[in-house]
Amino acid sequence: MSRVHDMGGRFGHGPVIPDAPDAPVFAEDWHRRALAVTLAAGGLGQWNLDMSRRAREQLSPKDYVTFSYYEKWISALADLLVERGVLTADDLRGVSEAEQHALAERALKAAAVPEVLARGGPSEREGGPEPAFAAGDAVRTVRPAGNRLVEGGHTRLPGYASGARGRVLRCHGAHVLPDSNAHGLGEAPEPLYAVIFAASELWTHPEHPSDEVVLDLWQSYLEPA
Amino acid sequence: MPHDHHDHPHSLLPPEPALRVKALETILTRKGLIDPAALDEIIETYETKIGPQNGARVVARAWADPAFRAALLTDATAAVSEMGFYGRQAEHVVAVENTPVQHNMVVCTLCSCYPWPLLGIPPAWYKSDAYRARAVREPRRVLAEFGVGLPPETAVRVWDSTAEVRYLVIPMRPEGSEGMSEKELAGLVTRDSMIGTGLARVPS
Repeated sequence: MSRVHDMGGRFGHGPVIPDAPDAPVFAEDWHRRALAVTLAAGGLGQWNLDMSRRAREQLSPKDYVTFSYYEKWISALADLLVERGVLTADDLRGVSEAEQHALAERALKAAAVPEVLARGGPSEREGGPEPAFAAGDAVRTVRPAGNRLVEGGHTRLPGYASGARGRVLRCHGAHVLPDSNAHGLGEAPEPLYAVIFAASELWTHPEHPSDEVVLDLWQSYLEPA
Repeated sequence: MPHDHHDHPHSLLPPEPALRVKALETILTRKGLIDPAALDEIIETYETKIGPQNGARVVARAWADPAFRAALLTDATAAVSEMGFYGRQAEHVVAVENTPVQHNMVVCTLCSCYPWPLLGIPPAWYKSDAYRARAVREPRRVLAEFGVGLPPETAVRVWDSTAEVRYLVIPMRPEGSEGMSEKELAGLVTRDSMIGTGLARVPS
C-alpha cells in the first residue's frame, strides 16, 4: 500500500550526520536554482502544495532513493509541468519553439516575491464537518493507511501510525484535506487534530516507557476508540 | 487510478542534476514563465533575510518576557506574526516548550516540512532518509548523534509534521543566562535547539 516516501520508523539507515555550524544554506549553486525555479513555477498557480508533494512521491521508488533532495524537486517539477499541461514533452526535449507562453503574464516578478513569500498559503478553512473529537478523546487511526478516494493516492497518515490508539491533544480547526486536494478533487476541509501516541503503541522496542509521538491527523483518518 | 507515469517526463531532461535544473530554468525562462530576477530575489531572501536568527529572536523574547511566552504558547501564529515572521511554510505555528521532564523534537517523516519563516531552509540532515526514518522510532539514539544526552526522567515527545502546522521548539533557558538582554539571549539559541536536536548554548 505504501509509497517509498513513507519512511517513518524504517530500519537500516546509518547515523544522522549533523552539518557544520558554518554550513551554507545551499551546498551547491544548482540547489539554490532548483529551489527558486520550483517556487517561481508554483507561482503560476497551476497546482497546489498537495499536488507538488504528490508529484515527488510519484517518482519511481528507484528514482526516489537515488535522487538527492533537490533532484527530487526539479524532476517532480518537470513531471508536474507536463501533467498540468504547462509544458509538453517536446518542450522538455528542447525541440519546440521558444515562444511566449499563454501563462507568461502570470509569471512571478521580482518585485512581487517578498509579498508572495510573506503571504504564504494558509490551509485552514471555514466550514467542513463539525469536529467529532475533543481534546482528551481516545481515538484510533484507520488501518490500512492509504488514500480512501484515489487508490495509491496521496495521504498524510504514515504507515507506522496506522491502526494505532492515541489521544487527541488539540484541534487545529478545519484544514484542506490533502487526500482530496492533491488529486484536484477539491479542498474538502476537515477538522485536523494533533494526536498523541505512546511510543509503545507504535514500536516493538520503544526506547523509553515515557516517550511519545504526536502526529497531525485529519478527522477521516480517525475513529473513536 | 494512481496516476503513476512509468515514463516520467523528467527523464527527457539531462540526467546530471545541475544540467537538469539549468535546462528546465532555460525552457521556462524562454517561454516567459519564470523571471530570472525573481529567482535571484527568492534566493537572496532565503540566504540573507530568512533564517534561524528569526526563531532565535522569538525564543529569546519568550525567555525574557513572561507575557509574550504565554501568548506564544496560546497562539504562536499570532505571536510570531506580530514580530513579522509569518509566511510560506509557517502559516500555522505551534510552539512547544522543553522542560526538565519533557523534551520536544520535530521531524517530517513524509517529506521535509519545516517552519521556513522562523528557521529558514532546512539543513540537509533534516531532509535525510536517516533522520526521517529514525527520529520517530529512536529519538534518543538520534539525539546522541547530535551530542545530546537526556536524563531518564525526561520524556521525549517527537512531533511528526504531517500537516501544515509547523512546530517551533522553545529550548530550556540555560543556567548562567540571568540578567542577559534579549539580544544576548538570542545568541544562545541555536537552530538545532529550536528543532529539538540540540540544547541552547550555555553562556561562557
